[in-house]
Amino acid sequence: MTTVPKDDIAVAGAVPVQRELRLRPSLRHVVIAGAIAAALVIPLVTSSFVTFQVTEVIIYGLAILGLNLLTGFNGQFSLGHSAFYGIGAYTTAILMHNYDVAYYWTIPAAGGVCFVVGFLFGLPALRLQNLYLALATFALANATPQILKFHALENWTGGVQGLVVDQPDPPSFLPIDGDQWLYYFTLAVMLVMFAAATSLIHSRSGRAIMAIRDNPIAAAAMGINTSLYKTLTFGVSALYTGVAGALGALAVAFVAPDSFTIFLSISLLVGLVIGGVGSIPGCLFGGLFVLYVPNIANSLSSGLAGAIYGVILLLVIFVMPAGAAGFVRLAAARLSRSQQAPITGAQGGKP
Amino acid sequence: MRQLTRRSILAAAPAVAFAFKAWPARAKDYGPGVTDKEIKIGNTGPYSGPASSYSAVPKSQVAYWKMINDQGGINGRTINFISYDDAYSPPKTVEMVRKLVEEDGVFFTSATLGTPCNSAIWHYMNEKKVPQLFVATGATKWDDPKGHPWTIGWQPNYQSEGRIYATYILKEKPDGKIGVLYQNDDFGKDYLKGVKDGLGDKASMVIVEASYETTDPTVDSQVVDMKAKGVDVFVNCGIPKFAAQAIRKAAEIGWKPLHVLSSIGNSVGATLKPAGFENAKDIVSDFYLKDPSDPKWKDDDGFKTWIAFMDKYMPDADKSDAGNVAGSSLAGMTAQVLKQCGDELTRENVMKQAASLHEVMVPMLLPGVTANTSPTDFAPLKQVQMAKFDGQRWNLFGELLRGAIG
Repeated sequence: MTTVPKDDIAVAGAVPVQRELRLRPSLRHVVIAGAIAAALVIPLVTSSFVTFQVTEVIIYGLAILGLNLLTGFNGQFSLGHSAFYGIGAYTTAILMHNYDVAYYWTIPAAGGVCFVVGFLFGLPALRLQNLYLALATFALANATPQILKFHALENWTGGVQGLVVDQPDPPSFLPIDGDQWLYYFTLAVMLVMFAAATSLIHSRSGRAIMAIRDNPIAAAAMGINTSLYKTLTFGVSALYTGVAGALGALAVAFVAPDSFTIFLSISLLVGLVIGGVGSIPGCLFGGLFVLYVPNIANSLSSGLAGAIYGVILLLVIFVMPAGAAGFVRLAAARLSRSQQAPITGAQGGKP
Repeated sequence: MRQLTRRSILAAAPAVAFAFKAWPARAKDYGPGVTDKEIKIGNTGPYSGPASSYSAVPKSQVAYWKMINDQGGINGRTINFISYDDAYSPPKTVEMVRKLVEEDGVFFTSATLGTPCNSAIWHYMNEKKVPQLFVATGATKWDDPKGHPWTIGWQPNYQSEGRIYATYILKEKPDGKIGVLYQNDDFGKDYLKGVKDGLGDKASMVIVEASYETTDPTVDSQVVDMKAKGVDVFVNCGIPKFAAQAIRKAAEIGWKPLHVLSSIGNSVGATLKPAGFENAKDIVSDFYLKDPSDPKWKDDDGFKTWIAFMDKYMPDADKSDAGNVAGSSLAGMTAQVLKQCGDELTRENVMKQAASLHEVMVPMLLPGVTANTSPTDFAPLKQVQMAKFDGQRWNLFGELLRGAIG
């Protein structure tokens, strides 16, 4: 049985710590398999509009996962992820619009570009802690839409007019339409990215990333190259969000500077906290929140949409203080505890 | 036997009608979103987000359609006007417009607001062949009947305004040296192009083209530079903040050119007041809507109609907000298209009627300004009237001017 280190508890208030899922591995696999099966069926049983919305949920979930790697697992704050999302989107749009690159090649390209940008931005950001880092990334988010409008780049970016992106056609041998194909494509990218993130977190590097979050001095004392890991995490985080941006450009079929304002960063941050800081599956719940809650608020009253959004947000935080992932963990723990004999002083029924 | 047959047919009729919901509609030539009782119209606007100061535009449309319904609707049908918030974010516009078209099943959209937002749905609407009526933006590209036959503009576009300034300058100062201050983006460049096109072979009269970025702290250096180069006609196409700075700086350095202010910067409250009324004296600009804060419209029939509508349906709104004027005028124009459609409510006919407006007036257009379109002309409003600022308010003068392109 692992003991919980002191620092872990200290952090737990602000950043709930991801632990192994309490579900038994076999059950966990069943749940994941069931979720994937359900995801595969969605576009076949819903309208193309719902398919499009779920595609957007997945895209936001992926962007939130990028932020989560940085904030949830590495403990660095960012208000600048709208910039990486935008850079990813523009990479795809520019490659497709100006250079006729096939859409599937633009996804890794967007990821690569964002990794480099994120890594380079991470270098000076290393010297900044917490709130100061938040401010530096805030500046990045503010600057990006204006840089995209900058006239020297206009031949590439289309300036304030933005660029139109052709929606990818499904392969001719599949009897599905464009929305369905884009959904499956996005789903496939997401599964690969989520699997990669899971194995990263459970690897030696993942433990180093989390050790830096929990106690940077102790981590350094154990021989972890903190500056390298922090900048690399920044790069990987930007890569994830950039890939999401690239997929977003394909889904919306249009990019413009006004799509990537600071409001997007804040939405991603809200999604991160709602989904569960330091939880990988929770990111998808965050994506659901980001897409649907403004719509729900608006449908209740268009005049008071902002206030209703705030109330819903407060309620969700009140009911699920550790985010959706924490809520599920707690529920699962309760469930298994009631099934098994009570364990004294138990954190849950871990086999 | 016969009796029985008829009865069974009668009994079966509702079931058949139910099974083929679209069937009666088709028989009467209705497009999606239309029944004998109702017409669904979609709209998006910035109720929240960075451009929420424009929220009066969609809000006043909602109020206007409520008034229309209270008056019995159009040709006996009530209007179900569905307006969603897109927070001025193009991806959200795409989502909301797809919801309107695919889920809510609207007949068409009307007066969706914002250049980037409309750009994002431009191809979608034309691919789906859903009319995108009277977009609330002044970009020039909406007038493209060949490439985008399902999208139609509304307000006088920036290029045609630029042409109007050129015509005015050629008349007032045919040997002037022109300096143009413009914002370095689509609408700024539209103005510049309009001015140059309007000058035609005298385009060399423009001796200074000075741009600014919205991030610039001031435009002082551009103004000083123009004076130094001997510019005596100043075309000021700044948004209110920069337009006001330029007016103030020109007064500070004692520069008195013929000063033409573009319509995006001609708000008394947002530009002229901060610039100083005495500095703004004798500036000229152009208008196509009535300024609701101008007392000269007090006895004008159109204004009285509008203010009665505002008092009843938007009693708490700011009546000096030009967004309320624009929104109700946009909705009024859409109502006109529906009236012209009669009972032939197909999407094709909506575009056909929108493209055959003939001298259509709505209450808050300046006297004489009318909407005119044709199958090759998707820019409904083209006329404006020049006005001179007397230190207190704008005074309209001269004839209505046209800046038609082509």
